[in-house]
Amino acid sequence: MNLIQTIEAENIAKFMETKKVPQFRAGDTLRVGVRVVEGERTRVQNYEGVCIARSNKGMGSNFTVRKISFGEGVERVFPLYSPNIDTIEVVRRGVVRRAKLYYLRGRSGKSARIVEKRDPRPAKAVAAE
Amino acid sequence: MRSGVIAKKMGMTRLFQSDGRHVPVTVLALEGCQVVSVRTQERDGYTAVQLGAGVKKAKNTSKPERGHFGAASVEPKAKVAEFRVSEDALLDVAATVSADHFVAGQMVDVTGDTVGKGFQGGMKRWNFGGLRATHGVSVSHRSLGSTGQRQDPGKVFKGKKMAGHMGDRQRTQQNLEVVSTDVERGLIFVKGSVPGHKGGWLLVKDAVKVARHADAPYPASIKSAANDTPVVEDQIVNDQVADTTPETVTEEA
Repeated sequence: MNLIQTIEAENIAKFMETKKVPQFRAGDTLRVGVRVVEGERTRVQNYEGVCIARSNKGMGSNFTVRKISFGEGVERVFPLYSPNIDTIEVVRRGVVRRAKLYYLRGRSGKSARIVEKRDPRPAKAVAAE
Repeated sequence: MRSGVIAKKMGMTRLFQSDGRHVPVTVLALEGCQVVSVRTQERDGYTAVQLGAGVKKAKNTSKPERGHFGAASVEPKAKVAEFRVSEDALLDVAATVSADHFVAGQMVDVTGDTVGKGFQGGMKRWNFGGLRATHGVSVSHRSLGSTGQRQDPGKVFKGKKMAGHMGDRQRTQQNLEVVSTDVERGLIFVKGSVPGHKGGWLLVKDAVKVARHADAPYPASIKSAANDTPVVEDQIVNDQVADTTPETVTEEA
């Protein structure tokens, strides 16, 4: 590891002490708790949608969440290791064959659905997770 | 006016502030930044400190250079540079400057050679528009166009922007904020980008356009003075250097 990678690994390790990032990939539906500053106080706002891309580049890692808000497609790119991200929760896991689901942008309604992943493992293994 | 430091560009990353803002930073490393020699008013007519940084193999060091480093009892340095200082800011020879020479929040100027681009045309080098894609333009879509007038003046004016070598020139980036420092590893985190490629040598000085930071150590943050424990170690290191360097000199002689 070079120096930059070492520094980033340390910062990520420090971040992971306080927060937990679940395993997720493109196609999963996420609920992201975003810290919003309103005047003096801060609150957590939930943003729920389909993760359509993940980019892994150390401290610069990010993921894109797409949702349809009032009939209009909205995409937000979140830095993975930002202190502004309060929580990341996987609502639903999807079956996809691509790492980047940019094709969803051109679709709407029924064709924009993603099939939910059925876990074939027995319930005991899931509970142990 | 206090001395600057010689640093090596290690690369860029980002740091997150507690309020969620992210800061793009360049990581600069001090690699054995030591005083090699001093220039004094009486002897040289000006005051400056000559710093050296990095490691140079003894076999690649010329005999006069070895004598110069040996006189200061320091290891041969890959990069040597002078910094003009005021008389009360002169440093001891062989003193090692540490990273807390700069404090978080202060502004610095960073000088270095920009990334070389080689021989480039007018479009890349000077943002010329080039010629049209159609309408009879033949083989010269990226050419300069006109370079002057007619029989009067009958010449191309000096300084005309033309194709030529681009990049690899000394440039100074002014007023970069120091985000933080790491004394143990000798790192300075500077906000934004600095000239040159990774592994290149840079001169980092206090910003000329901003008054010196109140907390910045004057005349410099010396490694032995900064924390009490390494004083002994530092002296040992220096002694070892003093022992080894003349030996190598004599061997070669």
